[in-house]
Amino acid sequence: MDLSFTAAEEAFREEARTWLAENVPAEPLASMDTPDGFEEHRAWEHVLFDAGWGVVSWPRRYGGREASLVEWLIFEEEYWASGAPGRVSSNGVSLLAPTIFDFGTPEQKDRFLVPMARGDEIWAQGWSEPDAGSDLAGINTKAPRDGEHFVIDGQKTWCSRGAFADWFFCLVRTDPHSERHAGLSYLLVPGDTEGLEARAIGRLDGEPGFAELFFDGARVHERYLLGGEGEGWAVAMATTGSERGLNLRAPGRFVAAADRLVGLYRELADSRGPDLDRRDQVVGAWMGAQAYRWQTYATESRLRGGAPIGSEASFMKVLWSELDVELHATALRLLGRDGERADSSWMDGYVFALSGPIYAGTNEIQRNIISERVLGLPRR
Amino acid sequence: MDFSFGDDQVMLRNAVRALLAHECPPEVVRAAWESDTGRTDGLWAALAEMGVVGMTAPTSVGGLGMDETDLVLLLEEAGRAALPEPLLEHTAVGIPTLAEAGGPVADAWLERAAAGEATLGAGPADGYAVGAAACDLVLLIGDQVGAVPVDGATLVEHRSIDGSRRLFEVGGDAVVLDADPALAFDRAAAAAAAQCAGVAQHLLEATVEYAAQRFQFGKPVGSYQAVKHHLADAALKIEFARPAAHHAAWCIAVGDSDRSRDVSLAKALASEAVDLAARTALQCHGAIGYTYEHDLHLWMKRGWALSAAWGDAAWHRNRIAAALGI
Repeated sequence: MDLSFTAAEEAFREEARTWLAENVPAEPLASMDTPDGFEEHRAWEHVLFDAGWGVVSWPRRYGGREASLVEWLIFEEEYWASGAPGRVSSNGVSLLAPTIFDFGTPEQKDRFLVPMARGDEIWAQGWSEPDAGSDLAGINTKAPRDGEHFVIDGQKTWCSRGAFADWFFCLVRTDPHSERHAGLSYLLVPGDTEGLEARAIGRLDGEPGFAELFFDGARVHERYLLGGEGEGWAVAMATTGSERGLNLRAPGRFVAAADRLVGLYRELADSRGPDLDRRDQVVGAWMGAQAYRWQTYATESRLRGGAPIGSEASFMKVLWSELDVELHATALRLLGRDGERADSSWMDGYVFALSGPIYAGTNEIQRNIISERVLGLPRR
Repeated sequence: MDFSFGDDQVMLRNAVRALLAHECPPEVVRAAWESDTGRTDGLWAALAEMGVVGMTAPTSVGGLGMDETDLVLLLEEAGRAALPEPLLEHTAVGIPTLAEAGGPVADAWLERAAAGEATLGAGPADGYAVGAAACDLVLLIGDQVGAVPVDGATLVEHRSIDGSRRLFEVGGDAVVLDADPALAFDRAAAAAAAQCAGVAQHLLEATVEYAAQRFQFGKPVGSYQAVKHHLADAALKIEFARPAAHHAAWCIAVGDSDRSRDVSLAKALASEAVDLAARTALQCHGAIGYTYEHDLHLWMKRGWALSAAWGDAAWHRNRIAAALGI
C-alpha cells in the first residue's frame, strides 16, 4: 500500500492544471442541451482533442496519451476543479468507446474513434423505449436482416441530446421472433439515415435535451453492427459496466462540486453568520465525495491486480447519483430565498442531478443488483 | 497510488482470521461477558504468540516494527469476530505512543508490552479506559498523554451495554509522556474505524445468511425487495467506509499533513456504517434478533460502543468542518 502519487503522476497533474488554467473558457458556455450550446461544446471538444486532452487514457493512434487509469482520475480531478465545461462527447467517449475497444473490428475502430474523440461526430444512446426502461430486455424495436442491411422499425426514447447528435448507438431486435435477452444486436446508426426521425422532448429544465427516435424502415449497413449478430445483450452489458462505474462520472466531478459547496457556505457564513445544521449537510456532501474518491482509487488498485469490475459498479452509481442530488439540494438550502432563482448554476446542477438516480438503470435496479449479485440474496 | 495489501499483510490477516474463527466463536465472546475481566482465557496469549500483540513495537524491543497499514486488516478481523481483547488500546495506541515518547516510562514498559507480558490500556482523559483493571499501565489522552500505572491507581467501574467492555474512570498520578496527544487520539479513532467496519461486515453477512434461510409466505425473506434494499444500503455504507479507513491508517503511518481530517472522515463513515448495519441487522432478523439468546446482539452492542468511542460521527463531522475552515 502506497497512497501517494508518483513523481510522474504529480507531473501529469501539474501539466493538466497548467493547460486548463490557460485554456478553459472564462465565461460558461450555453447549455449543451440547446442547439447553440451544443455547438459551443463541440468546439470545446475540438480544442481539448487538438491539445491532447480529449481522451487522455486512449492509445496514441486514436488521439490519446495512453494515460494510466490513475492519471485519468487525476485528469478528471483537475478538469472539474478548473471549472471547465461539461463534456458533450461523453456518451460516446465514456459509454460507446470502451465497447468499441472490446468488440469493434479494426475497421470500426479506425472509422469511429477519432471523430468521436474530437467531437466531429457526437453520439447519443438509443436504448430505452416507451415500454422498456428498467426492463431493458423488453425492447421491441425490430431490425431484421435484408441482405447486407438491417431494416429498423420502432421507437426509442429518452435519448439525451438526440435531436442534435450525429450518430446513435442502439440496441435492437435483429431476430424479430426472439424474446428477452436473445436475438438482440448492437447497431451504430448514422443520424442522417433515411427513415430515422429524431424529435426533441423538453426535459425537466425546459431545454430540448431529450429526443424520441422514430424508425420507419431505416436501413443500416452490416458494417455498423458492433459485436456479433444476436449478441447485443452481452455487448450492451459491457457498456452498462462503464455507465455505472467510474467511466462516466469520475469522483473528480463531485470532489470539485463539494469544494465549491464548502466555498459557498464560507461566503454566506461571512455575511449571515454560521448555521450549524447546514454546515453539517455541507460536511456530509464533502465526505460523500471523498469516500467515493478513495473507493475509486481502491477499485483501480483491484482492477490493476486483475480483478474484473463487475456488479460492484452499482455501488458507485448509487453513491454518486444520490450524493449529487444531496450536494445540490444543500446548496439551494444555503441560498435561502435565492434558492428558487432560475439563473443559478446550483439550480441547473440540481435539476440535472435529479436525473442521476433514474438514468443508467434506476437506483432501485442497482440495489437489486447489489443485493442479488454482490450479497447473493435469492432472486425470488 | 496503490491500495492493495502485500502478500505478507494478507497472509497475516488470513492467519488471524483462521485463529479467531476457531478460538473466538460466539460462545467464547459470551463467556468473556461473564468473566471477571471481560476478556477471554487464552486469546491474548495466542495473539502474542503470533507476534500480533507486539507487532507495532520496534524490532529493537522485540516487536515486528510494523505500522498502521499492517495492523488495519487485523483490526477489521477483530471487529468481525467481536474479539474481546485490547488490540486497539494496546497494539494500535499504547505501544506506538510509548515508542514515540521514549524516556523512562517506555524503558520500563515497552519491551514487556511488546512481548505481551504487560498490557497497556488507553482512554480519553475525559472518558473511560476500557478494561483498565486488567491492564498494567493506562494512557490517558487529552491535552497531553498521561501514563498511569494501574497498581496504585483509583479505578471506578461502570457497566457497558457490551458486557466485554469494562469501563473505568482512572485516577492517580500520571507521568506526562513526550508524545503528541492528537496523534495518539487519531491512532485510537482510526483503529476504532477499522473495527467498526469489521463489526458492520459481520452484521451484514450474518443477516444475509439469515434472510436467505428464513421463509415467510413460502419464500426466503431475503427475496423481498424491502429487505434487499435495506441490506444493499448497509452494504453501500461499508463499501465506502473501508477504503477511507485504509487511507486513514496510511495517513498515520506516513505522517500525512491531512491526517486528523482524514481520520475523522474514516471514523465518521465507519460509525455511520456500523450504526446502519446494526439497525438493519436487527430489523431484518425480526423478533429472534431481539433476544438475548441469539448471537446478533454481541456484535450489535459492540457496534454501538465502537461507533460512539473515540468520537462519534457527529464529533468527527464537526472536526472535518473545522479542518475545512467552515
